[in-house]
Amino acid sequence: MNPGDFSTVLPEALLALYAMAALMFGVYTGKDRSAPLILWATAVVFVGLALWIGTMSGSRTAFGGMYIDDAFARFAKGTVLLSAAAVLVIGQDYMSRRGLLRFEYPVLVALAVVGMMVMVSAGDLMSLYMGLELQSLALYVVASLRRDSAKSAEAGLKYFVLGALSSGLLLYGASLTYGFAGTTLFSGIVTTVKAGEMPVGLLFGLVFLLSGLAFKVSAVPFHMWTPDVYEGSPTPVTAFFATAPKVAAMALIARLAEGAFGTAPGDWGQILALLSVASMFVGAVAAIGQTDIKRLMAYSSISHMGFALMGLAAGTAGGVQAMLIYMVIYVTMNVGTFAFILSMEKGGQPVTDIASLRMYSRREPLKALALLVLMFSLAGVPPMVGFFGKFYVLMAAVNAGMSWLAILGVIASVIGAFYYLRIVYFMYFGEDREGIDAGTLRPVGWIALMGSAAVMVVGIVNLFGVEALAQAAAGALVH
Amino acid sequence: MTVAAFAFYLFAIVAVASGIFVVTARNPVHSVLWLILAFLSAAGLFVLMGAEFVAMLLIIVYVGAVAVLFLFVVMMLDVDFAELKAEMVKYMPIGLLIGLILLGEFVSVFAVWQSAGGAEGLRAAVTPDAAQVQNTRALGMILYDKYVYLFMLSALVLLVAMIGAIVLTMRHRKDVKRQNVLAQMWRDPAKAMELKDVKPGQGL
Repeated sequence: MNPGDFSTVLPEALLALYAMAALMFGVYTGKDRSAPLILWATAVVFVGLALWIGTMSGSRTAFGGMYIDDAFARFAKGTVLLSAAAVLVIGQDYMSRRGLLRFEYPVLVALAVVGMMVMVSAGDLMSLYMGLELQSLALYVVASLRRDSAKSAEAGLKYFVLGALSSGLLLYGASLTYGFAGTTLFSGIVTTVKAGEMPVGLLFGLVFLLSGLAFKVSAVPFHMWTPDVYEGSPTPVTAFFATAPKVAAMALIARLAEGAFGTAPGDWGQILALLSVASMFVGAVAAIGQTDIKRLMAYSSISHMGFALMGLAAGTAGGVQAMLIYMVIYVTMNVGTFAFILSMEKGGQPVTDIASLRMYSRREPLKALALLVLMFSLAGVPPMVGFFGKFYVLMAAVNAGMSWLAILGVIASVIGAFYYLRIVYFMYFGEDREGIDAGTLRPVGWIALMGSAAVMVVGIVNLFGVEALAQAAAGALVH
Repeated sequence: MTVAAFAFYLFAIVAVASGIFVVTARNPVHSVLWLILAFLSAAGLFVLMGAEFVAMLLIIVYVGAVAVLFLFVVMMLDVDFAELKAEMVKYMPIGLLIGLILLGEFVSVFAVWQSAGGAEGLRAAVTPDAAQVQNTRALGMILYDKYVYLFMLSALVLLVAMIGAIVLTMRHRKDVKRQNVLAQMWRDPAKAMELKDVKPGQGL
């Protein structure tokens, strides 16, 4: 350790200090009365940190390589911070009105974000695990935030038990890897892997590590918890689950695969390809029968993770770039969609049934149009931005000589289009029935929904420059 | 057989045996007591390895605090362990099957196990030479200097655990009387008691 290390981890340190200060402030002032203030302050801190991280450049390591600050980490941190800020503010009104907004909620989210920042900056199996555990532990708590609801408690408990199991798998893989390589540093492990030949001990370690991480991105066959947890958690928390943690875990998989096993891309590429195909198909097929929009979004996110994994499976810099672009687009779409889901209510009670959207376009034409754009984009219908996300990962797979993977991806995306379009069908052509109330969208939610939909249309011009940033990020990771 | 070897086998056998009794004991309180014995023999093994500080920590922290806490929890919670065991028996066959398959796979891995060339040296490079540095100092150098980043992160993890426990369990009840420290401190003793002269035949 040297004193300079602390200035390298300053963004994480400041956010952790902020979280502790906010906790103290909440405890000694109005308790839950000051919760909206803390929530908005947390969002402002997130945005400020994201802007500050955006101005940094270069590549540094700290604490003997356990922490890496490079363009890749900064790209992922920016996405995590901005999406977490957006999700916090769109959920504030929902939580306040249902008495769920406790001052610990933004504090826990801030600590979870610290964990995510540590994850994407990890250069060592130990800092990887500590970041992951910090993030997961905070998420288990916010999942069961609605204490008087059995479903919310079930969601938290299920997430906790299965999460502990996946942590066990991950740790076992880490110990096997350490046993083989004699070091936990990614830069040390990578020197022991020679191109083309993977020692069986290290392969076992790799499989266990990837299984543990696949659980966190809810890739099939480690997805069982996702629908139940998404359904049981309070909706703002579900929105949070679907965005920032997914970006962090996906970036972590990229970091681990490229950083520690970068010399043997074929070995983890085939594991990721299998996870990718399974996730795309299970996500697309299982979503068809869903009537609850939160469960539907859970399967949708499983399927989307499959596409993002396809980019990683390619094992090239182009693949990592495609994955990053895909995650940014995915997060933007999800923020807009969840802003709408948060506003679905009838007589003051939240509604999550898809059938309640029947003929919604007649009551609220503008919102229905925005949701239509988002659904088309989620389905990957050109010319929405969502199509370009899929296009990038498919191109990466084809360029890496995995055309079979790309073809399966196209088939899965056609199957998946069905349930997105079904929502559109309900809104525009379904029989007219008493559905959800009109005029329930608050200004913040309105901005998020309309902004996200507008991005999906306007973004096709140049993706707001994300492409170049993602390219720089991928270039920093893959040598 | 030297004394050290005899001590090793004694502690090792006791540790494994008491570990088995922890999971098979019928009475949960007995389980905890067996657990304490397992901790103690593990501490003995640490002493044999020359890690006397860790051995003392194991006794003070695990036996002194954690195991006693377990004992309290087991005695205070009304958990029907017989029922839990019945559930366990139901899933035993499939659990055993998966366990055996996994075991077979691992045996096949470890049979051909071979570490990377410099692994042994890399593993030893992290810790200071035990002959030169005392136990506590060596631990301090690793924990508070080399791995201070991880140490601080684990502190944050514990903070989250504490916040989580409070968020999920504490309910602020309105129908109980609470102590108001400021009111207590600022009260004037001179005004605390008042003498009233009550005339005979009249009330207050």
